[in-house]
Amino acid sequence: MTDRGGAFHPVIELTLARLREFLREPEAVFWVVFFPVLLAFALGLAFSGSGEPEIHVGLIPGQGDARAREALLSVPGLVVHDLSPEAADRALRDGEVALVVRPGSPPEYRFDPVREESRLARFAVDDALQRAEGREDRFEPRIERVEIPGSRYVDWVIPGLLGMNIMGTGMWSLGYAVVYARSRRLLKRLAATPMSRVHYLAAQMLARLVFLGLEVGALLVFARLVLDVPMAGSLVLVSALAVLGALAFAGLGMLVASRARTIEAVSGWMNFTMVPMWVLSGVFFSSAHFPEVTQPLINALPLTALNDALRAVMLDGAGVQGVAGEGAILTVWTVGCFGLALRLFRWQ
Amino acid sequence: MYTLCHNHEVIDAARLEPPPPAVACRGLQKRYGDVVAVAGLDLEVRRGECFGLLGPNGAGKTTTIEILEGLLAPDAGEVEVLGLRWGRHARALRQRLGIQLQETQLSEKLTVEETIRLFRSFYRRGPSVDEVIQLVELESKRGSRVGKLSGGQRQRLSVACALVNQPEVLFLDEPTTGLDPQSRRHFWDVLRAFRSRGGTVLLTTHYMDEAQSVCDRVGIVDQGRIIALDTPEALVRGLGEAGKTLEDVFVALTGRHLRDD
Repeated sequence: MTDRGGAFHPVIELTLARLREFLREPEAVFWVVFFPVLLAFALGLAFSGSGEPEIHVGLIPGQGDARAREALLSVPGLVVHDLSPEAADRALRDGEVALVVRPGSPPEYRFDPVREESRLARFAVDDALQRAEGREDRFEPRIERVEIPGSRYVDWVIPGLLGMNIMGTGMWSLGYAVVYARSRRLLKRLAATPMSRVHYLAAQMLARLVFLGLEVGALLVFARLVLDVPMAGSLVLVSALAVLGALAFAGLGMLVASRARTIEAVSGWMNFTMVPMWVLSGVFFSSAHFPEVTQPLINALPLTALNDALRAVMLDGAGVQGVAGEGAILTVWTVGCFGLALRLFRWQ
Repeated sequence: MYTLCHNHEVIDAARLEPPPPAVACRGLQKRYGDVVAVAGLDLEVRRGECFGLLGPNGAGKTTTIEILEGLLAPDAGEVEVLGLRWGRHARALRQRLGIQLQETQLSEKLTVEETIRLFRSFYRRGPSVDEVIQLVELESKRGSRVGKLSGGQRQRLSVACALVNQPEVLFLDEPTTGLDPQSRRHFWDVLRAFRSRGGTVLLTTHYMDEAQSVCDRVGIVDQGRIIALDTPEALVRGLGEAGKTLEDVFVALTGRHLRDD
């Protein structure tokens, strides 16, 4: 038994030190645990509400506007705003209305077809005005509303949020702690002891896994109980994926922080690394929107792998084999980043 | 250690050869770009002595001590600490040394006890965490966060972290800069207690009274070289009538012009 004068093994002491630093920083606890839940709550409110979302349409005064207004108001969910031509352009630009109608024969629709809600508004408005002019419907379709848990947007977005948080807190908590210690010359002081460098990095990882339990647990419990998000697959597999993802992003965070001397420098590199993944890796919208040639690259990103795997398990009930490819991608990122970080790491 | 050894040849060899000096370096050189920080410096610190490196700002004291501590690689020259080299024996050597760096800020969120426990965990032997806390008289601050300590208390904690393994050689880089007279005197007491157990000290300082009261020998460093080396008393005596204190010696040797870092 080694004499450590009452202290535990260095890995345990280093992990405890990191955990204490974290828990004694109330703001850090807020960002890691409560912020993801708040974000999920906001998205849940926005996207899980029953009833159809309203469509706002601008109407410019002109010949036949009373008749057009009457026709538009007869459509449930359509809200009509009377606007002057200048105000209408502004409202269109700001997204306050999805489309502007200038009555006349024929009437004119002004909208930006790139915006999805504008395209929707075009069909709703056109339908209402055509009918008012006497168009007959050939049939009345049967409508089945799909509101079962598991197929709503909020069900799709929760695994993405989970992945985004695992990335964000993983990279920030590690990168920040390392660069902070370096800028205060604490890393240099540690390098002057016989502390093993592998022990130091391992402790940062272990501490990271404890925070991970907090944040993933809080978000999953909230999603399950409040938003009624389903868990089609195994919770154990989701946890395993979360751990794998956390390790990959801890490695990436360590790599980004391996040489930076100041918090400002590391912040820039963190954003440089994370922002593309927020956009590309299917957090809030599917990565299928991006061109076909970019797909292999997008699929190789760690956040894409993590999000795809989490969705596969939570929504489709995939098993281990179903997410083996994603697991392999995350493992390669973990090993590669740590190996490289250990080589590049600057202790002073 | 030798008394436990049954190999008589080794015992004889140990008797014949004096133990290697605590610290020895020859022809040390280090430059940063165009700036020469250390320009061929030789030094030998004997076992059990307290050696002070004195010099104006920018003289190369910190670079020298960090090379000796194995934290910086010299451009040229040789370093031996306790007869061992940094390249091959770093891990073993670190177990036997105590190091205090200039301006290290320990983690503010940890308490005194937690910080000492952390540093103690890296070493295979030494006093207990409680004994270290007593040694630097921080018992009443044991549970206080580092961020709440005064300058003097932080410095004591920093010394405590360097003493957790009861080192054979203690390196201290400007240990008392910015401290009040009480804290400095307390620190000198801790140093004396350390030396009474046979420890060797190598420190850098700006304070001549400190060097005069705690150091057995001092080396005055200027422009990366040692320009004078002796006991404080001998240095003062050597100045004849003009010298009363080590400060007079220092100014006579390094000049009166201002130095910038």
